[in-house]
Amino acid sequence: MRIELEKRPRDSRFYSIASPVLALVLTGLAGAVMFYFLGKDPVEALRVFFIDPLLDPWSLDQIALKAGPLILMGVGLSIAYRSNNWNIGAEGQYTVGAILGSMLPIMLPDYQNWTVLPLMLIMGTIGGMAYAAIPAFLKSRMNTNEILTSLMLVYISQLFLDWLVRGIWRDPGGMNFPVSRDFSPSAVLQPVMSGYSVHWEFVFAILVAVAAWFMMRYTLKGFEVTVLGESERAGRFAGFSSRRMIWFAMLLSGGLAGLAGISEVSGSIGHLQPAISPGYGFTAIIVAFLGRLNPLGAILSGLVLALTYVSGEAAQLSLGVSDKVTRVFQGMLLFFVLSCDTLIRYRIRLVWSSLSSKVQGGA
Amino acid sequence: MSALETSEKGALLAVSKLTKLFGPFAACNAIDLEIRPGEIHALLGENGAGKSTLVKMLFGVLAPSSGQIFWKGQPVRISSPGEARRTGIGMVFQHFSLFEALTVAENIALSLDPGISLAKIADEAATLSRNYGLPLDPHSHVADLSVGERQRIEIVRALLQNPSLIILDEPTSVLTPQEADRLFETLNKLKAEGRSVLYISHRLEEVQRICDRATVLRHGKVTGACDPRQETPASLARMMVGGEVHSVKRISDVPTGAVQLEAVHLSVAARTPFAVSLKDINLRVRAGEILAIAGVAGNGQGELFDALSGEYPVQDNDAVRIRQNPVGRLGISARRLMVAGVVPEERHGHAAVTGLSLSDNLVLARHKSDRKAFISGPLKLIKSAAVKAAAKRISDAMDVRKSGEDPPAGSLSGGNLQKFIVGRELDRQPAVLIVNQPTWGVDAGAASRIRQALIDLARGGSAVLVISQDLDEIFEVATEIAVISEGKLSAPYPASELSMEKIGLLMGGMHEPKSVSAEATHAH
Repeated sequence: MRIELEKRPRDSRFYSIASPVLALVLTGLAGAVMFYFLGKDPVEALRVFFIDPLLDPWSLDQIALKAGPLILMGVGLSIAYRSNNWNIGAEGQYTVGAILGSMLPIMLPDYQNWTVLPLMLIMGTIGGMAYAAIPAFLKSRMNTNEILTSLMLVYISQLFLDWLVRGIWRDPGGMNFPVSRDFSPSAVLQPVMSGYSVHWEFVFAILVAVAAWFMMRYTLKGFEVTVLGESERAGRFAGFSSRRMIWFAMLLSGGLAGLAGISEVSGSIGHLQPAISPGYGFTAIIVAFLGRLNPLGAILSGLVLALTYVSGEAAQLSLGVSDKVTRVFQGMLLFFVLSCDTLIRYRIRLVWSSLSSKVQGGA
Repeated sequence: MSALETSEKGALLAVSKLTKLFGPFAACNAIDLEIRPGEIHALLGENGAGKSTLVKMLFGVLAPSSGQIFWKGQPVRISSPGEARRTGIGMVFQHFSLFEALTVAENIALSLDPGISLAKIADEAATLSRNYGLPLDPHSHVADLSVGERQRIEIVRALLQNPSLIILDEPTSVLTPQEADRLFETLNKLKAEGRSVLYISHRLEEVQRICDRATVLRHGKVTGACDPRQETPASLARMMVGGEVHSVKRISDVPTGAVQLEAVHLSVAARTPFAVSLKDINLRVRAGEILAIAGVAGNGQGELFDALSGEYPVQDNDAVRIRQNPVGRLGISARRLMVAGVVPEERHGHAAVTGLSLSDNLVLARHKSDRKAFISGPLKLIKSAAVKAAAKRISDAMDVRKSGEDPPAGSLSGGNLQKFIVGRELDRQPAVLIVNQPTWGVDAGAASRIRQALIDLARGGSAVLVISQDLDEIFEVATEIAVISEGKLSAPYPASELSMEKIGLLMGGMHEPKSVSAEATHAH
């Protein structure tokens, strides 16, 4: 028996909606198997992982909190990927955005008024854009592969942050811990409602997602993104420049990653430290794909991926499993999403015998 | 069963009620076909008639949904190309599958069993190619070979398997008339050896010339089986199209006006190692004229199109002029604003994005030139109602048959999509129209409609430049003909003064001392 993929005459509408759902179900099943081999009751474990967090207000608050950066970056990446620009380095742009945005509260701690926060957010966005400009420049000028360059730049940015908070930006009163001074209250992004931890980043994320959806759906720019992503040659025929699109896609996704970085540092952490992200920038890649590279889809998938973070933490406590479980789930999810997407374009056929191809005797 | 057996007696390959379904769509619907030993059998049909699907089933690329294939009277199932080759079927595809960076022998080795030494393959290939009059050096690199020579590799590759049946898919579409003659000689040799040939084509005169019998397909069904020599081109065309094909009305006495499109000493270096550089090209198209550029594929047609359309602007601003304005350095959008229309050769992924709807594909070409009509406001919103209305207008004007109101471009047949793509430009009455291969892979009905539209446009006072490999088409539409070969363009000749033979020589690169070109270069 062999498995054949047969190209569908037309993309399947059913699977373009069902594929992410199917991927979620398969991830759950594979997760159950994993828990079984870890010696946990799979049903109980899945309940702790996927159901319990949805029933608890504190967890819901946390999910929204963590969904903020995921959605912001997921939206940017969705558009970049749509245009065929594979920015894998959102984590690095996030980090540089956080660093640049933090300059103000760290270097000028006495400058405190209402302009601080907007300036920080703008600087953070610019930081992310500037960092994404490096792979954009290399790709548009030298045809370098942006997957490699943007990914490698992630590690540079993280080590640079490490160097900063252990060196010149270390808090003088911080007992030698590698952290910067705490941000002044005027430099902290406030919660949306008192009593909750979810802050304005989540609101930005929703607004950005809706705006991006509008752009893709109704404007010529969105059309340009789609055309150049589908076929560079057709884009050239339309008079669109793929070189300019590289810049647009990289700066947009980089800028949103930078905004996510500074928002997260300002709203959730309150100072700079060596680790400011549990891999949000990489998880955002999954967000983009699970959301079908649709900005509105990214809202939903951002919430799902945020759930894996929150339940990973909960599972450590209640199940006694490693927090690596979160990464395993995210990895499986990406794997299944990409595999299930095959079903949109292809149908699977099982061919039972290749032996029957022999000349059959006259019947 | 007994009735079947008698009918298949003596047939090398017979096909009975062969059907291939793609979803609910029957690409091949209960096809009956019979090929006798030692005959050249034509498979005729428009594009989308099911010829390729049928052949793919015979060659084991696709599995039939139902029906039976008989080989020498025995029912067989052919599940892979390897299986087909072992059975005794060889195939020469329309689009070659050759690696340009490898030698001829290496390319041939790829399709044979591993373990045969390259020297032996080279040796055999050389002998074989000599015997069949297909001169070929096994050690030359494919990149250096002409299209005709590349086709010979494919033929030799198929012959090395010693097949009883060779399938050729539109083999002459890439050849000069002289090269085609050579191919016909080879085919006759094969036939004399008792091999059979299944010859797929939509060129009627060719089929009449070399084929013993013909099977005609339309919409996936057999609509006729005949001896092509007993038929007229018109009767064959009727079987293919299912109605009369309108013959194109030519331009006879249109007064020509001012020069609208001009290339002056246009030279462009090759962009990629496999591209052709353009060398000092001069051409002029006046209002009311159709200049056709003939030539064998891969002689710089694509590069010339890129330079004239503005997809790849050129260094020298004066080298290209539209309505007397130098536009060499301007891009395609700026040239469109000067009311130039552009139709590229490749429909999928160049002239149209297959995944997008027809109306989106209208925006693709006209968002800049018809900005007021289709785009609104500082956000550049696409006015979808206006675009849809225009797309409908174009579909109606060009008789584009489609499923649904605004289907994805990829769901249309080649001919219908091409009608839309040409109609998209005609709809704005371009003063200059640049078309590359206007009816490449398009069915006869759509082709005649498109050609007529080009002629009507020129008659209305526009300048039309047609790049084409199809000589029939060129003689049908052109008022002037020039030939491109290795990136050089011959002088233009009035269409009435050129014979097939002369054009063939020019296509082969035999530029003669020009008397006409002196006059052409004179003007500037």
